[in-house]
Amino acid sequence: MSEGIKKFLYVNRKAPHGTIYALEALEVVLIGAAFEQDVSLAFLDDGVFQLVKGWDTKELGSKNFAPTYMALGDYDVSKIYVEKESLEERGLSEDDLMELTYEDEDDDWAEKSSIHIVSREEMARLMAANDVILSF
Amino acid sequence: MAMLHIVNKSPYEKGALESCLNHALEGDTVILIEDGVYACVKGGRAANALASVKGIRFAALSADLKARGIGEDKMTEGVDVVDYGGFVDLVTSCDKTESWL
Repeated sequence: MSEGIKKFLYVNRKAPHGTIYALEALEVVLIGAAFEQDVSLAFLDDGVFQLVKGWDTKELGSKNFAPTYMALGDYDVSKIYVEKESLEERGLSEDDLMELTYEDEDDDWAEKSSIHIVSREEMARLMAANDVILSF
Repeated sequence: MAMLHIVNKSPYEKGALESCLNHALEGDTVILIEDGVYACVKGGRAANALASVKGIRFAALSADLKARGIGEDKMTEGVDVVDYGGFVDLVTSCDKTESWL
C-alpha cells in the first residue's frame, strides 16, 4: 500500500428509498473515489435491499439512482461485499441483485463482477482490515 | 369494528410490524407501505411471520413494491397489491386507521 492511501470501507445498512442514507452514501463514495483512495463497499442488514435489481420509481416520483450503482466500476470502485446471511434472512439471493461490473486493467480490461458474497464472519474481518469506516 | 393498520417501516430494522401484528384483531386489515413492503418478499423471515397470522387481511402498495424491485415473482402469497386508489378505498372501508411508525 503506497503512502497516503488509506483503505476506506463504506458500510451500508439501510434500505434505498425510505431514508436518504443510501443516496448520500453513493455521493460520498464517488467523492472518495475521486481522491484515489482504496475504496470498498459493504452491504449488510437492510443495506442489501439497495442492490435488488428492477427498481421502477416512476409512481413514487423519486429519483431512480440504481444506475449510479452500475457506474461505480467506472470510478474504480470495484470491491463490493454483500453479506450472505442478510440476503437469506430477507428471502434474497445473488440472482436478485443488480449486475455490477468493472474492467480489470491488469487483465486486458476484461469485464468482471464487482460483487462478492461474503459470510457474516468474513464481513467482520473485512471491517477489521480497513483503516477508515464510514457508516450509512 | 375493523381497523386499518398502516406499517411503513422495514420489518428487519424496526419492530413496527411485529408490534402491529401483536395488536391487530381478527377482521382488521394491515397495509404495508414504503419500507414496510419488504415484509412481502417471499422466503424472508417477515413473510413467514405474515403467513402465520390468521384472520387478518394484508395489502401492499404497488408504487412502493415497484420502486424496490419487488415484482410478482418475489411476492409472498396472501398479500393483495393495491394502488393509491385502493389504499384510499381501504381507508374509507375501515372504521379507523392506526399508523405503526
